[in-house]
Amino acid sequence: MTVLAQAAPATGITPGATSLLWLLPALPLAGFAVNLLLGRRLRALSGWIATLAVAASFAICVAALAELLSLDGPERGRVVLRGWAWFAGVSFDLRFDQLSATVAMVVTGVGTLIHLYSIGYMAREERRPTYFAWLNLFVASMLVLVLAQNFLVMFLGWEGVGLCSYLLIGFWFDRPDVPAAAKKAFVVNRIGDAGFVVAMLLIYAEFGSLDFTEVFGRAAGVGSATATAIALLLFLACAGKSAQIPLYVWLPDAMVGPTPVSALIHAATMVTAGVYLVARAQPLFEAAPAAATTVVLIGAATALLGALLAIGQDDTKRILAYSTISQLGYMFIGVGLGPVGAVAGIFHLVTHASFKAQLFLGAGSVMHANEDDTDITRFGGLRRAMPVTWATMGLAWLAIIGIPPLAGFWSKDQILAAAFEHGGAGVLAWAVGVLTAGLTAFYMSRMFFLTFHGRPRWPQGRHPHESPPLMTVPLVVLALLAAFGGLLGLSAERGALQRFLAPVLSAGAPPAGEPVVSEALLATLTVLISVLAVAWAWFLYGSGRVDWLALRERYAAARRVLVNKLYVDELYEFFTVTLGRALAAFLAVNVDQRAIDGGVNSVATGLLAGAERGRWVQSGLVRTYAVGVLGGAAVLVAVLVVGSIR
Amino acid sequence: MTVGPEAYLLLSATLFTIGVAGVLIRRNAIVVFMCIELMLNAVNLTLIAFSKVNGALDGQVLAFFVMVVAAGEVVIGLGILVAIYRRRATTDLDDVNLLKG
Repeated sequence: MTVLAQAAPATGITPGATSLLWLLPALPLAGFAVNLLLGRRLRALSGWIATLAVAASFAICVAALAELLSLDGPERGRVVLRGWAWFAGVSFDLRFDQLSATVAMVVTGVGTLIHLYSIGYMAREERRPTYFAWLNLFVASMLVLVLAQNFLVMFLGWEGVGLCSYLLIGFWFDRPDVPAAAKKAFVVNRIGDAGFVVAMLLIYAEFGSLDFTEVFGRAAGVGSATATAIALLLFLACAGKSAQIPLYVWLPDAMVGPTPVSALIHAATMVTAGVYLVARAQPLFEAAPAAATTVVLIGAATALLGALLAIGQDDTKRILAYSTISQLGYMFIGVGLGPVGAVAGIFHLVTHASFKAQLFLGAGSVMHANEDDTDITRFGGLRRAMPVTWATMGLAWLAIIGIPPLAGFWSKDQILAAAFEHGGAGVLAWAVGVLTAGLTAFYMSRMFFLTFHGRPRWPQGRHPHESPPLMTVPLVVLALLAAFGGLLGLSAERGALQRFLAPVLSAGAPPAGEPVVSEALLATLTVLISVLAVAWAWFLYGSGRVDWLALRERYAAARRVLVNKLYVDELYEFFTVTLGRALAAFLAVNVDQRAIDGGVNSVATGLLAGAERGRWVQSGLVRTYAVGVLGGAAVLVAVLVVGSIR
Repeated sequence: MTVGPEAYLLLSATLFTIGVAGVLIRRNAIVVFMCIELMLNAVNLTLIAFSKVNGALDGQVLAFFVMVVAAGEVVIGLGILVAIYRRRATTDLDDVNLLKG
């Protein structure tokens, strides 16, 4: 570790908080080790140790950010902590620039709150130390991913978060469906990771290096075919990690994990790793406009699909999972637009982390009060029983549907404005985005009204109650962030976050011209649609004037398609499992048994038949053999005699 | 009167032919054995004759080697013969075909 701490003089960074950067992943890693090795003795303390480790990471991150802000603008992008040389020109370097600082702040900040919440939420859990060990390992891996200065170190973190995701989804592995969901997440992510590996190989072949500074510095000079291949493969990895079409199917199933895990890993941080990667590798995507357009279109399609599927779900956590998929689609629209929208995409990542984590923790609080029930058809009228959860979730709800002045409004609006301004595929993405905003408002309101308003529908004998302060404090903090997070970037040009991120993300953006349609008009349109959707949801689910249970009977056919997730899982199962089995059966019979086994066996039977024919030669009679010897000698002599005559 | 090398070679060839014929025709193992010895000694005769003609000792040295090896061969061969006779009470080679394929 001493090697790590030495900042190379070449960077010209004075030793300060940024030279302690290695502590960011190291502290949660230490927490992981302590909880794994001593967890059984510590028991009740394990949660506090884990929380402390992440909180200390957060403190160092804040200090490092303060130091970063004190540097000159151009110096900020160059804070690189040289680590030990790993192999073949790859060293364990950490980079702390505006982008990684922003995301690291989200990871450690939200991470701390969710650790704190977990202490309350998992209070009755026997295997708490294991849980907190995995949670700490996750934060460490995520920070390695975010702070990496080259692709290989990033991949290390990338795989680490994937592993922790698997372990935490499968935390209650003795419950039905849980092992399958964990395996599904792991396998689907593996498809994306294969893309990452191949992309790395291509990058190394093309640039001879995996270092971000070197690769991105020369990205503009790469042939467009190579750049497109690299960018698309990287995006495949992002689609796996960030649950985009066609690899989104694992995220809804991942909800069988503990709710704080869903909040931290499957909403706020890990699933945004793909967005971060696209933003980080922006020079590569700029060199490959086709790939960038693909990102925008896939993002738009995923946003719409996620929102549609969320309408058909009755499970709180699944609604939120599809909502996450949909919101990640927005982020990809943003970062896929390039310099125009990348900042907005990252801004949405930050605000989404606050309100979606809040919504998940709120849902966890509701589950906590309702015997771990997640079915919104059995809630209703919980507002009185859980006022804090109601109020805080209400703020996050308004934030996600983009009601000004809450955080979600600003970030979503900036993405949509950038898409509109970008033109071409961007306009299509804008139209889909506006439609999705309406759908988002509808399904989120449906969930909110069915949970907190209307008549109580929970079974006899259940007594919903407000959660303990350990859980409500993070709820309140996150709700405040969801409410006021927008202050970070009130304007696409002059917001604090935008000006901070601009040197990394929108260096090549053309100066904003006079917009064709005023931004305010676009924003008003989106908000209007959202408000109408909320009103419609209130009329259906909140007012009590419509019997929505009868309504779902009437449209059962349409509903079944949505409930069954458009049969995508079945389609995938057909193409992977059914066709895979058929192929395996075909290969087993035709290639293995017929060709390979047949070849080996026919060699053996051929030899046997030949031996059977030739066995008479071995008469066993010495004198017969003597004739053979004599014949041979005669031939030999004849050859010699004839040879000598010539 | 001097005897030329042709006479030695002729004798050697005659002895060798008798030996070959004996090995191929006779069934009695001991006779076959003796015929083999006859062949070996016919060859020895040739070696010594050419040694004399060429005025070199190589042929004679080789003849000694043949004798030594033949002596060893006889020991083993007769040993095997005795063993076969004890087991099967025969010295007829055509009765011994255990190695028939």
